[in-house]
Amino acid sequence: MPTLNSTDISTALEQWADVIAARADAESLGLVGLISHGDVLARRLIAALEKRQVQARYGALDITLYRDDLDLRKERPALRSSYLPFSTDGMHLILVDDVLQSGRTARAALETIFEYGRPARVELHCLVDRKHRELPIQADYAAFTLESAEKVRVHLQENDGEDAVIY
Amino acid sequence: MKPRKDLITIESLSDEDIHTILDSAVAMKEIFTKSVKKVPALKGKSVLTLFYEPSTRTRSSFEVAAHRLSADVTTFTLSTSSVVKGESVHDTIDTLMSMKMDYIIVRHKNSGIPAVIARHCNASVINAGDGAHAHPSQAFLDAFTIREKYGEIAGRRVVIVGDILHSRVARSTSLILRRLGAQVAFMGPGSLVPPGEHTGVARLHTWEEVFTWAPDVIYLLRVQNERIESPFFPAADYHQTFGVTEERLRRIEAQGMSIMHPGPVNRGVELCDAAMEYEHCLVCNQVENGIAARMSILYHLTPGTLSHD
Repeated sequence: MPTLNSTDISTALEQWADVIAARADAESLGLVGLISHGDVLARRLIAALEKRQVQARYGALDITLYRDDLDLRKERPALRSSYLPFSTDGMHLILVDDVLQSGRTARAALETIFEYGRPARVELHCLVDRKHRELPIQADYAAFTLESAEKVRVHLQENDGEDAVIY
Repeated sequence: MKPRKDLITIESLSDEDIHTILDSAVAMKEIFTKSVKKVPALKGKSVLTLFYEPSTRTRSSFEVAAHRLSADVTTFTLSTSSVVKGESVHDTIDTLMSMKMDYIIVRHKNSGIPAVIARHCNASVINAGDGAHAHPSQAFLDAFTIREKYGEIAGRRVVIVGDILHSRVARSTSLILRRLGAQVAFMGPGSLVPPGEHTGVARLHTWEEVFTWAPDVIYLLRVQNERIESPFFPAADYHQTFGVTEERLRRIEAQGMSIMHPGPVNRGVELCDAAMEYEHCLVCNQVENGIAARMSILYHLTPGTLSHD
């Protein structure tokens, strides 16, 4: 199985941070990670931005209650705590996710984020874009595009003990 | 959590179920701090409250919980007198089935009625108190409140004070706390506290014994209205013997114990006025956490009315 290793991922995160630093409105930047991998990526990006003298607020969202498939599942997924300790009014928010595919998680995230205020601008960034979209949603930034992959699994040190993208 | 249609008792839940519902309640409580205090998880679902016994708090707590999950709530009002016969409960079930409800929240003075309703309809049935049997949503909000206060329930000591024998709250709350590793003791009027050999719960006889046992939480049960001021149960005597008097409150304060009560509090019976102002009196936390716990229960149940496959 082809794999992106921890060096690939950290190089990608550095480039990603450069892109954010170049276009961010530093006054009101917030990185909101989607639980349970996007939040880890958001924290790493914020650390990388700090090295570039760019300050960003950190948030984490559990979008489970906004999913469109709750009734299709026999079991309801356990909930994790969202963490958004600031009003999103007027903020430049970047939603950070590990894998973007159907776009349904991103749709749910957009709905969730607007219940915390009215951001000035919202972008969608992801580590891996798999295409195969089911909704008219596109990433503003994707570190990797793996269009032909059958299956993509993202492992991150903080959650899974290693950094790897397996596809 | 495994798919589960109803919540009738704490006994019927696995340890994993209990932990899942408590964990999700934490996330539910955070919804209260958003500018929009609502999530769409149960949008388009119908919730019915069916209370055969008067209740304001539990019913409104469930209604607020359902509203915050975006469900539609209907209140079914019943006169208590017409429903004592089992037959009329069955008639009611037929009515409810026709109304296509997804969740039914039932309180009844007879034990077992919510279970009967649950067996006969495909809606999720939540027991909101049946006789002296069970009150599982109260158990969850109590466990949630203690966990929020102390971080963990295991190893905590909780004494439940009052009419244990007739109390569904004592039954369900002591059970969930023991399942989560707390030590529980009962204290109350002699004939109203079952002996330890039947309950497996230690029995304390006086406040002196309570203070010696040094609980983290003192949980006072509500004295039923019909018992207050009856010649056999004068309120002032109860307060002096089993209530938190001002003198006892000073000792509770000195030891930093918490006070809990399922509400509504009879001031001057279970608790003196000053106890309600005490910094570790968790009664208001219980009310707020009740909404979060009930949201989590509603969210985790799977009604048979949803189509699968």
